[in-house]
Amino acid sequence: MSISKKQKKQRREEFIGTVYSIIIYSILYIPVFVMMVFSFNNQRYNYYWNGFTTMWYSKLFSNSALTESLWYSVVIAVLATVISVTIGTIGAVGLKKYEFRGKKFINEMLYIPIIVPEIVMAVALLVIFIKIGLALGMGSILIGHCTFCIPYAVVTIKGRISGDDYSLEEASMDLGANRIQTFINVTLPSIMPGVMSAAFLSFTLSIDDVVMSNMLAGAKNSTLPVLILSMNKSGITPDVNALTTIMILIIVTAMILNNLIKNVLKKRKKMEEAI
Amino acid sequence: MKKNSFKRNTLPALAMAGPVSLWMILFVTLPMLYIIFISFMSRGVFGDVVYEFSWESYKTLLDSTYFKVIVKSIKVAFITTILCILIGYPFAYYIAKKPKEAASKLIMLIMIPFWTNSLMRLNSWLLLFQTSGPVNNFLQNVGFIDAPVSFVYTDGLVMLGMITNMLPFAVLPMYSSIEKLSKSLLEASADLGASRGTTFFNITLPLTFPGIFSSIILVFIPSLGIYTVTDMLGGGKVLYIGNIIKNQFGAIRNWPLGAALSVLLIVITGLLIFIYTRFAKIEDMEVV
Amino acid sequence: MSDSIVSLIGVEKSFGKNKVVKNMNVEIKEGEFLTLLGPSGCGKTTTLRMIAGFEEVSSGTIKVQGESVADKEPYERDVNTVFQNYALFPHMTVFDNIAYGLKIRKRPKDEIIKRVNEMLDLVQLKGYEKRKPDELSGGQKQRVAIARALVNNPKVLLLDEPLGALDLKLRKQMQVELKRLQKKLGITFVYVTHDQEEALTMSDRIAVMNEGVIEQLATPREIYDRPLTRFVAGFIGESNIFDGKVKGVHNGIIDVETSAGTMKVKGNGFEAGEDIHISVRPEYIKVGGDGAEGFDLEGKIKDYIYMGTFVKTSVDLKDNTEIKYSRFEKDDNFKEGDSVNIYWNPEKAVAIKAKR
Repeated sequence: MSISKKQKKQRREEFIGTVYSIIIYSILYIPVFVMMVFSFNNQRYNYYWNGFTTMWYSKLFSNSALTESLWYSVVIAVLATVISVTIGTIGAVGLKKYEFRGKKFINEMLYIPIIVPEIVMAVALLVIFIKIGLALGMGSILIGHCTFCIPYAVVTIKGRISGDDYSLEEASMDLGANRIQTFINVTLPSIMPGVMSAAFLSFTLSIDDVVMSNMLAGAKNSTLPVLILSMNKSGITPDVNALTTIMILIIVTAMILNNLIKNVLKKRKKMEEAI
Repeated sequence: MKKNSFKRNTLPALAMAGPVSLWMILFVTLPMLYIIFISFMSRGVFGDVVYEFSWESYKTLLDSTYFKVIVKSIKVAFITTILCILIGYPFAYYIAKKPKEAASKLIMLIMIPFWTNSLMRLNSWLLLFQTSGPVNNFLQNVGFIDAPVSFVYTDGLVMLGMITNMLPFAVLPMYSSIEKLSKSLLEASADLGASRGTTFFNITLPLTFPGIFSSIILVFIPSLGIYTVTDMLGGGKVLYIGNIIKNQFGAIRNWPLGAALSVLLIVITGLLIFIYTRFAKIEDMEVV
Repeated sequence: MSDSIVSLIGVEKSFGKNKVVKNMNVEIKEGEFLTLLGPSGCGKTTTLRMIAGFEEVSSGTIKVQGESVADKEPYERDVNTVFQNYALFPHMTVFDNIAYGLKIRKRPKDEIIKRVNEMLDLVQLKGYEKRKPDELSGGQKQRVAIARALVNNPKVLLLDEPLGALDLKLRKQMQVELKRLQKKLGITFVYVTHDQEEALTMSDRIAVMNEGVIEQLATPREIYDRPLTRFVAGFIGESNIFDGKVKGVHNGIIDVETSAGTMKVKGNGFEAGEDIHISVRPEYIKVGGDGAEGFDLEGKIKDYIYMGTFVKTSVDLKDNTEIKYSRFEKDDNFKEGDSVNIYWNPEKAVAIKAKR
């Protein structure tokens, strides 16, 4: 049984495709890998490799500047996520469902923070804040973050709302629930995956943000990325590598757990039905 | 009856779409308008804004030093975009041809590096390519070069940083577009006698063009305005539009100039979007 | 005589410049099974939605149990709907879906359990409580939707083409079940469909709608035997329809001149020279040729089609109109191309006024 010429060709193509993909993935992952490796560097500044050590992982928490900026970033990210997802969720539902004057305008405005380079948005907010005399600090950074998180949230959630959802809402009202009850009992659960995606997206965008956080920062505190940026000149210390390594490990673990739990629940349900 | 209509229709619409509309107007529309306004104002002694109409900042853009930077930034952004598309398209194609389960896992794998701190990833390239770093050591050991090459603080390294940062943004829209391509179209093409290559150029490429265009927008525009990559990998020697704008609001105080450069970016962005809506013929931009 | 439980008085609905429902007046009697029947776009679904409260009337009044519902939201009306796509809440179990209306009304827990179980029994879905909608077949989803609507004991149940997505066999089964259910519960059903067979089978009365207007509101028998308008004659069942002019009227039989020849039809209230339509059902067409009823139409046999239960024959008349007649089996010796004479008993034909 010989393999046909066509199958041979397909296999070769598949092989080339796989090799190509592995190369691309490598290019994407090399920086991540290097970042993690250098968290074990036995040297004050990451100029070159000087031996293996795990000391940075324990020294992490004694670096006050680092832990403070981490805390600052997390607080802002959580607040930004809550605000953006709330405004974004009801906004997405409202924009999808209702017609009103200026709706087209608002829809177009929503794409501006996504498309226009962040430096322009940041600078625009900066001059407005200074003009009205708003002091720069956590508040201004928060506003900046929400301004790009909200559009992403709206776009994400809007994409998950389907036409079917209207008849669900009508069914709910038909059965006696008013608009608020309908939103909580029927609308929200059906768009929940979209809301979760939006929350995840907002959080990661906020915690990784440099531009807004840099331009709108007050004199005192800075977020983690801004701190890292300022350390670039003098050299980034490996404890920073340790911190960011821990961060990505937490995120990936959370994702894997999430998937695992979903799969386990699915399997359990299938078993329940078989019984 | 009219009163009831308000309660039924207007009030819920206001409650739901109101907050987001208000936010957009306050924190997007107004600041953007103000920035455009400032770009036409004069610069005061301390770099602040003096409310006198002037073309000064725009004239400065045509000044050779600034103009060179603008042209360079556009060139680099352009090359980055082309490379991302060329590298990304086959990759997107490969993933799109996989079964759905596998494909979504592969897409997730692309996103994971994106969740690590971007500055640290850029820093990794710095570590790799620094004078005493692994790349230089390897090249010397193998004999390609005699002395360490200064990769850092060059346009080349900056471009590498930009490509690795932007690649996921290029791949996703193209993947989405290729995945939507109905298999029956390809089958019909083959049925009518077209070879694989012909089918690709006549069917696949044109129909996935909206995805390609989305990728172009998602890579080109941020590349124009980038300053973190140049900061991390360029060390102050490589300066693009983004850096210049930042400086006008920081050390060198020239708000109107910074505003003018911002307006330039807005105009280029708007132009691209206009071309997109005209030729890609999509009403609702489904970007990511 | 039962009272009107739902009244539509001068109801109109426009979407922008498009008037979808025009001056509709209906009195729906308590306990009846009324069907709104018509082709797509005739306004039947819009009318139903206005009763439910999802569309506002452009003008006119809708009353439920004597009270105007103009100010009432859907959740304030004692009316429940079974949606075309079922609209089952995907994130809730069958039990929770059915219990929804009761939970919103904050009924006590044991009452909810009792009522939901009653419903499950009624629609024969006992044992499916914990399933989710995506684990149900079309017919099962249908029954959950019905149970969910009925658990609130509405005075009126509105059904929007509920059987549209089911296959033929299941549809026929459900038609019988729904009718039995309605009789048993005594609830008023307002049913929307475009399937005239379905309407004829299930309804106490049918409102045949076309372009926003009710062309005839009567029992299925009436509508079938005595259609009032050309549209109703053509929409309900199969029919042969002729357009002509009245030649004369003698003893309740009308002579009509058409391009296919002279025809006779029973009727009164017509004058000579008036335009008229004649509707004859295929089963009443006779083939012969000796002037037994006083007229003959020349024709040629076009083809025979076996329809399973009967044979349908097409005949081309002298003006090239095609006429169809049906038999249980081919009981003649005619072949395609043969010349035949067509006639019928004038009492079995229907005279219809032509619209001015």
